[in-house]
Amino acid sequence: MATTMTRDVLSVRGLTKRFGGLVAVNGMSFDVREHEVMGIIGPNGSGKSTMINMISGALQPTAGTITLNGQQISGLPAYQINRRGVSRTFQLVRPLNELSVMENVVAGAAFGHRRRWGHEAEAFAETLLQKVGMGRHIHLPVASLTYIDTKRLELARVLASEPEVLLLDEWLAGLNPTELTTGIELIHSLRAEGRTIIVVEHVMDAIRSLCDRCVVMSSGAMIAEGTPAEVLADREVIRAYLGDEDDA
Amino acid sequence: MSATDYRNLAISAGLVGLVALMPFYASGYVMTLAVTVAMFTVLATSWALFSGPTHYISLATAAFYGLGAYITGLGIDHLPYWTLPLIAGVAGAIVAALVGVATLRLSGVYFVIFTLGLAELIRQLVTFAQVQAGRQGFYVLTSISETMIYWQLVALAAVVWLVGWLIWRSRLGFALRIIGNDETVARHSGINTAQAKVLLFMVPGAAAAIVGAIMAPRYVYIEPSMAFGPILSFQVVIMALLGGTRRLWGPIAGVIPFTLLWEVISGNMPNQTYLLLGVAFLLIVYVLPGGFVGLYEKALHRWREGRAA
Ligand SMILES: Nc1ncnc2c1ncn2[C@@H]1O[C@H](COP(=O)(O)OP(=O)(O)O)[C@@H](O)[C@H]1O
Ligand SMILES: [Mg+2]
Repeated sequence: MATTMTRDVLSVRGLTKRFGGLVAVNGMSFDVREHEVMGIIGPNGSGKSTMINMISGALQPTAGTITLNGQQISGLPAYQINRRGVSRTFQLVRPLNELSVMENVVAGAAFGHRRRWGHEAEAFAETLLQKVGMGRHIHLPVASLTYIDTKRLELARVLASEPEVLLLDEWLAGLNPTELTTGIELIHSLRAEGRTIIVVEHVMDAIRSLCDRCVVMSSGAMIAEGTPAEVLADREVIRAYLGDEDDA
Repeated sequence: MSATDYRNLAISAGLVGLVALMPFYASGYVMTLAVTVAMFTVLATSWALFSGPTHYISLATAAFYGLGAYITGLGIDHLPYWTLPLIAGVAGAIVAALVGVATLRLSGVYFVIFTLGLAELIRQLVTFAQVQAGRQGFYVLTSISETMIYWQLVALAAVVWLVGWLIWRSRLGFALRIIGNDETVARHSGINTAQAKVLLFMVPGAAAAIVGAIMAPRYVYIEPSMAFGPILSFQVVIMALLGGTRRLWGPIAGVIPFTLLWEVISGNMPNQTYLLLGVAFLLIVYVLPGGFVGLYEKALHRWREGRAA
């Protein structure tokens, strides 16, 4: 995919986030191209979720800018960023427990980037639930879903607004080996549809097989950027992963 | 709209019609009770429209109610009577919007405290203003009969139900339910949460102010401690929660038994009304978390499972 002519959809420049004295993200800059799956990897606490939180508008950057299709989105409230086409999942999955499975997905469709409502939204939600492998669970209460199903449900919800950029924060975390295979296949299918995705992942197999490019973060800063094969062979990356035990 | 929608609308309209005929066959005592029931039905139903889905407990009912009562008190000698509830509704909606903008970004606990403080604040301000003007209250002397008050309240209840029904089906209502579940998810799903909450908070604000304006003639003399009495806010919360907020008919299912009990207790043991509030509250928290609606839904669920088995 990197070989075809593609444009940058999302650009991050000098992005910084401070929490009091702690610099969680420090001057990050990168671009995400259309139809590309870009990985953000790095040890625990290196600032990956903080990146996702800033791109999605959950947190305001201390410094730096984020642009979507050339328009600045940093500084906008989260709901406006979602409406412009950035949709995210959460590292700790957040299903809407008082709503039905169907309503959980309609929630993603009704207010976001491409809006749908009523029968149209329900039909679309059903298609998405089939796609993520939850076709049989449409009528179950959300509280009775298994862990992977809540993750699938959340994925269907964020897909429901037809985002231009999808942010997946450790979507594969916590899955058992069988589920992991299913999960990786699912993200592969999204990739095959030509979606633009930023994934934060720890699972190396997933990174190797899914990502076109990766940026590697350590202590809030970028220490490497390139194809998964390149960055995973990088000295500094290996040191960041194996050396800094106290970083976890 | 589906066939069920039409059926429910027809049934509701029929029931409202029947209830509206009450003055023709009920005694004066029953009508006095019916006015109270109608009043609390409007207050609790509109309260639940906002607080049900969002889980933001508002104790501002007395503030809006008092505002409406004072609008009638101030305006009755100068304006045609029919304009007063309308003015009250607009004023209530505006105050609710201001309060909403100021508070709905706060977490639930701060919102509860602020709304409780609001009624007290307005009461103090009004008392102060009246002391400056050298008076304690207002006479509201009109020819409005109890029957007229009753009909106005029943009509208002019908309007609140209709508005509630429309909101429930709308994207705004859906947005509120998502906000009540998880405000973070709501924001990241494209919902302008602050705007949605403020918009919906205007509904109980307007409704309570209109109720205050309609009820004022019944008191003859209105003064701050009565118009802004905080107990009203607590009664409304308890009745709505007792009935249940997940259905439109929930609050009235709490209003009727509670009003009757209140009547019996305040008639025979006037000092025990706070006890009733407390007991009802404990009952809701420990036994009936979903109110009567919750009981009904459980029973319905069992019945369906029984049939399926
Ligand atoms: N809301 C917050 N307030 C204060 N510190 C935070 C907050 N969010 C994250 N941090 C800190 O910022 C650093 C980066 O966290 P995070 O972005 O969650 O890392 P990662 O997702 O890479 O594991 C950590 O040291 C974390 O404790
Ligand atoms: Mg993280």
